[in-house]
Amino acid sequence: MADQAPAIELRGISKAFGPVQANKDISISVMPGTIHGIIGENGAGKSTLMSILYGFYKADAGEIFINGQKTDIPDSQAAIAAGIGMVFQHFKLVQNFTVLENIILGAEDGGLLKPSLAKARKTLLELEKEYELNADPDAVIEDIGVGKQQRVEILKALYRQAEILILDEPTGVLTPAEADQLFRILHRLKDEGKTIILITHKLREIMDATDTVSVMRRGEMTATVKTYETNPENLAELMVGRKVLLQIDKAPAKPGETVLDIENLHVVDQAGVERVKGISLNVRAGEIVGVAGVAGNGQSELMEVLGGMRPGTGSVQLKGQPLPLSGLGSDGQARRQQGIAHVPEDRQREGLIMDFYAWENVAFGYHHNPEYQRNRLLMDNAALRADTERKIEKFDVRPANGWLTAKNFSGGNQQKIVVAREIESEPELLLIGQPTRGVDVGAIEFIHRQIVALRDAGKAVLLVSVELDEILSLSDRIAVMFDGHIMGERLPGETDEKELGLLMAGMNGEAA
Amino acid sequence: MDFLTLIQILDSTVRLATPLLLACLAGLYSERAGIFDIGLEGKMLAAAFFSAAIAALTGNVWLGLLAGIVASMVLSGLHGLASITFRGNQLISGVAINFLASGMTVLIAQDWFRQGGRTPSLSGGARFSPITLPFAEAVEDVPVLGPIYSELISGHSILVYLAAASVPLTWWVLYRTRFGLRLRAVGEAPEAVDTAGVSVVGLRFAAVAICGVLCGIAGAYLSTALQAGFVKEMTAGRGFIALAALIFAKWRPWHAMWACLLFGFLQAVALRYQNIDLGGLVIPVQVMDALPYILTVVILAGFVGKAIPPRAGGEPYIKER
Repeated sequence: MADQAPAIELRGISKAFGPVQANKDISISVMPGTIHGIIGENGAGKSTLMSILYGFYKADAGEIFINGQKTDIPDSQAAIAAGIGMVFQHFKLVQNFTVLENIILGAEDGGLLKPSLAKARKTLLELEKEYELNADPDAVIEDIGVGKQQRVEILKALYRQAEILILDEPTGVLTPAEADQLFRILHRLKDEGKTIILITHKLREIMDATDTVSVMRRGEMTATVKTYETNPENLAELMVGRKVLLQIDKAPAKPGETVLDIENLHVVDQAGVERVKGISLNVRAGEIVGVAGVAGNGQSELMEVLGGMRPGTGSVQLKGQPLPLSGLGSDGQARRQQGIAHVPEDRQREGLIMDFYAWENVAFGYHHNPEYQRNRLLMDNAALRADTERKIEKFDVRPANGWLTAKNFSGGNQQKIVVAREIESEPELLLIGQPTRGVDVGAIEFIHRQIVALRDAGKAVLLVSVELDEILSLSDRIAVMFDGHIMGERLPGETDEKELGLLMAGMNGEAA
Repeated sequence: MDFLTLIQILDSTVRLATPLLLACLAGLYSERAGIFDIGLEGKMLAAAFFSAAIAALTGNVWLGLLAGIVASMVLSGLHGLASITFRGNQLISGVAINFLASGMTVLIAQDWFRQGGRTPSLSGGARFSPITLPFAEAVEDVPVLGPIYSELISGHSILVYLAAASVPLTWWVLYRTRFGLRLRAVGEAPEAVDTAGVSVVGLRFAAVAICGVLCGIAGAYLSTALQAGFVKEMTAGRGFIALAALIFAKWRPWHAMWACLLFGFLQAVALRYQNIDLGGLVIPVQVMDALPYILTVVILAGFVGKAIPPRAGGEPYIKER
């Protein structure tokens, strides 16, 4: 093993986009038959580096060696020929093609499809057997789940005889169970001698799955270490460049009066399916209540009813005042006036208008507030922009430029814009869904601190997250939802992941 | 209505549907590759003029056809340059091509022929003449089948048969060949094609070139087969009707043929029955003439169910991480 040539060796790779140095003199070598993690915050240059390796960009300087051979990769065709396969974060699949058609696209054997399809069908069966990667060759992509779509991407690479597989943030769209399955597949591929590069910003995946890990920060490779020689705290520090608190430091809660009191809430969705089946829950002032659960068990619907995005039935009181759950006074605008701020789960669809400027997004939902009006007819955009500048500074949004459109910010900074808007409205109750989905480590810590600060200011927070770590570290009280019911409430100091996991799977802790 | 009248209307349907079908298939190649083409009309018009002009000058209709195809392909190339290479707006480029063709044809016609923006009437070898298929005269007297063969199927110009043959050919290319698979993919997900190591630009230009050839044939058919010479604005919105037929057919070749036959049939009926007398109520000729266009509006308004265009249609492809 020691005298074997590395599967991939990069020497002195640099790449600049205008004034931005995305990759600075990067050298790395990956041994064959290993899983090598590359970790870094959003915008650290991981994707750029991999795009260079896959022929999407041409490096300004540096050399690439594949199995000890110096290799030029001017385009994707060359990368494929060199045995490199890539699974992108956003899948590159033709939605209305079958699995088989997607697999042969670009790797057909001749002018006619029939022989190519027949050959691919046979090869696919062999690959399925070899790697336990089952996929129905005749299924149409848009009809299958994201986990299966990802498998098609892996099969695509294997069909092209990739020996080196690069996966860019592969678990971002997967459920925990699907992610587990993916890692089983990756280990299987590794056992067969394939080399895998795993790009992620999730420390846990790196610790669980990789043999070696390289850390990137601001375009530079800051360290390459053996995974068993490091720990999450150390990696986080290397990524962010300072000490990061993975476990949030917070004083014990001092709960006050009840702010939100939900009794027997039912929600039926557009398709007529009952998603929330009579739950009761309360949140007190100065308290964070975390709702745990596997996605799709009614948490989203709960948040949407409280946030005024869909109707429900039952009784909900805010500081003793009944909240209308349908009709007049139940829309998002009314909720904000009632003192409820909402950070929705899907920030790109519901939290922001991606083509609008940051300063416009900072006011949405609160644009009727008197401080933003110049007179009865006109808005005071100057006041709005000044307010944006203040929030950008306070919440450390980067780049600190209100004239950028929302889509030009990274996921973490987009989320900071939404969180800034909602927290700064000084609500009685903050609803916050998946606060750190797709957000990098540094920003996670910041957002968590803001949530705790709001609690310490005596406000109520209702948190929904599918990340158990997040629920456990933030919540003062935990409710677990399964199939529209609350399976139980626990205190974070008196429970653990195992017990919560059982509740999330619908098994009552006491009975088990 | 007697049987012979029906045959005659259907015969006329075939002739009128031919330019629609060729233009519709032209649009199909282009739009399946993700390039929306509102300039079918302009390309047909330019081809109609240049094929009539060259046929009139040389007396050879084949040279005319060639000139029509070249003219149409030049405009296609322009559209490709604007929308593929320079990633411009495909609608604006198409509209520009329509205006360019509309003005250019009349201007050049006036300069060359001095006949008020038209070409001289074509005759003899400068026109595509009907082809009589074998045995057409022999079976003429056979009841029912005889007239169908000799009147409806036989006796069209070669371009009509070419258009008919291009339907199964297009279907075969699209669904049975590597080129077709890639063409369909590039209109749905160009990023998938790109990462598979296939050139998006190359495929889209190929599609636009095929579109140019077919529009060229469609235009040449108008001025050298359906009619005998070019007149101002002779396409009369056929390019847009072909687009409507393409949407109606949901971008599928066989459906495109049926859609074009339907539009052709309406045009044939309008030509045949100038005034329809419905027991005292006379439907004026203008209503009949407007019928195909009214149907176009109805279809485009979405009364035919949801038509989902190729997903990447109209979007220039920009590589991203």
